[in-house]
Amino acid sequence: MSSKSLRSRSHRLSSTQAQLEWLEKGIFKPGGLPHFATKVNGFQDTPLRPHSLDILQLNLGYMCNQVCAHCHVDAGPDRKEMMSETTLEKCLDLIRKTSIKTLDLTGGAPEMHPHFREFVSQAAQLGIQDLIVRSNLTILLANKKYVDLPEFFKTQNVHVISSLPFYKKDKTDRQRGSGVFLKSIEALKRLNAVGYGKSETNLKLDLVYNPSGAFLPGNQKSLELEFKKALKTDFDIDFNQLFTITNMPISRYLEFLIASENYEEYMESLVEAFNPSALDKVMCTNTLSVRWDGYMYDCDFNQMLDLKVDHTMQHIDDVIPEELVQRNICVSQHCYGCTAGSGSSCQGSVV
Amino acid sequence: MSRPYYQSQDLKKFKNISDWSPELGAKFFEYYNSVFEEGALSAREKSLIALAVAHTVQCPYCIDAYTQDGLQRGIERNEMMEAVHVAAAIRGGASLVHGVQMMEVYDKRSM
Repeated sequence: MSSKSLRSRSHRLSSTQAQLEWLEKGIFKPGGLPHFATKVNGFQDTPLRPHSLDILQLNLGYMCNQVCAHCHVDAGPDRKEMMSETTLEKCLDLIRKTSIKTLDLTGGAPEMHPHFREFVSQAAQLGIQDLIVRSNLTILLANKKYVDLPEFFKTQNVHVISSLPFYKKDKTDRQRGSGVFLKSIEALKRLNAVGYGKSETNLKLDLVYNPSGAFLPGNQKSLELEFKKALKTDFDIDFNQLFTITNMPISRYLEFLIASENYEEYMESLVEAFNPSALDKVMCTNTLSVRWDGYMYDCDFNQMLDLKVDHTMQHIDDVIPEELVQRNICVSQHCYGCTAGSGSSCQGSVV
Repeated sequence: MSRPYYQSQDLKKFKNISDWSPELGAKFFEYYNSVFEEGALSAREKSLIALAVAHTVQCPYCIDAYTQDGLQRGIERNEMMEAVHVAAAIRGGASLVHGVQMMEVYDKRSM
């Protein structure tokens, strides 16, 4: 596994255009596998359209202390993109003007944003029902300035969602980097210590499972039972829910699929597992994703492919929320990842 | 014939066996799916049994399918390899236990 982002390696796949070529051509050329937009026809009114704006997902920046092999963001320590204070304020304005129920902060490691705490505190006062921080866990141990984050999360009633691809060291470290598993375990213990994931508190700690390779996630409930049993027995760790998320053929995971000659079979398996009942529950139907520079997307995956919202207003500076809902959702073949099997979203399976 | 007897793509066509006998095919797949549901044995345990049997009957399709099934279920490689050794032990043992027959015939016929 490389310890650098595609961007810093000047890898061809750091270009969104190069990624979209893989998703539009090759096995998806005419006569090959059906395009997502074609497959959806007959199951749903097309093109897909959002039905509401319930979730605002902000990507605060691409800087991260980890360089995970499956990262669709191509995040890493070398990525300097960060949301400006002006854009953060625009996001708060959007929350004030709408009935957004969930604010979902992601990155990179969102905690590395210089105004992270200030922003979370301001957002928490706006009546958001579910204020999510997607934490990679190791950031809590990366520097002494982050050590008190569990207490901070608690005071703001933050809902912590953390990646932990497996409950054992080997698979976790292969995906997320050497030493990540034991640091993640320590971070989970610290979150438990302030009450996160405990049945007697309302402090929610959910884990995210990504398959460590070219295969789809198994049944979410079964894996949750396995994780709970193993983490409790081996480390006395508690958490609330496990979300299984399908890896998307984007960025570094796409690099892995191509380099390991798994790309075609993986895409075939996504297409074969297409589940029409997941269609009206996919996250793009009620989510808006905002990039560090203020541009808006149907989801974080479209953000990474730079498929901006299909609307005349594409930047948060110009947004009129009730008008923005009147748009078509941009799709490409990565969208099969959200409709495969039990479906996949940032909150796990949807069916 | 240039086409190999076994092709990985054929695994995806397994369901096509119903085309020439829909009723029997439907019965088979209904039974098959029921077998692998959670029961007195967990679906996870059944997946490992299937992997071991796949090695015993040396079915490349089944080995492919149940290795991937195990990956999805979070079954680890040491667990899969132990299952394969169970298959190998039974298969090897099945040969060896016939050695008793060999010994009896040998002793009976020998002076």
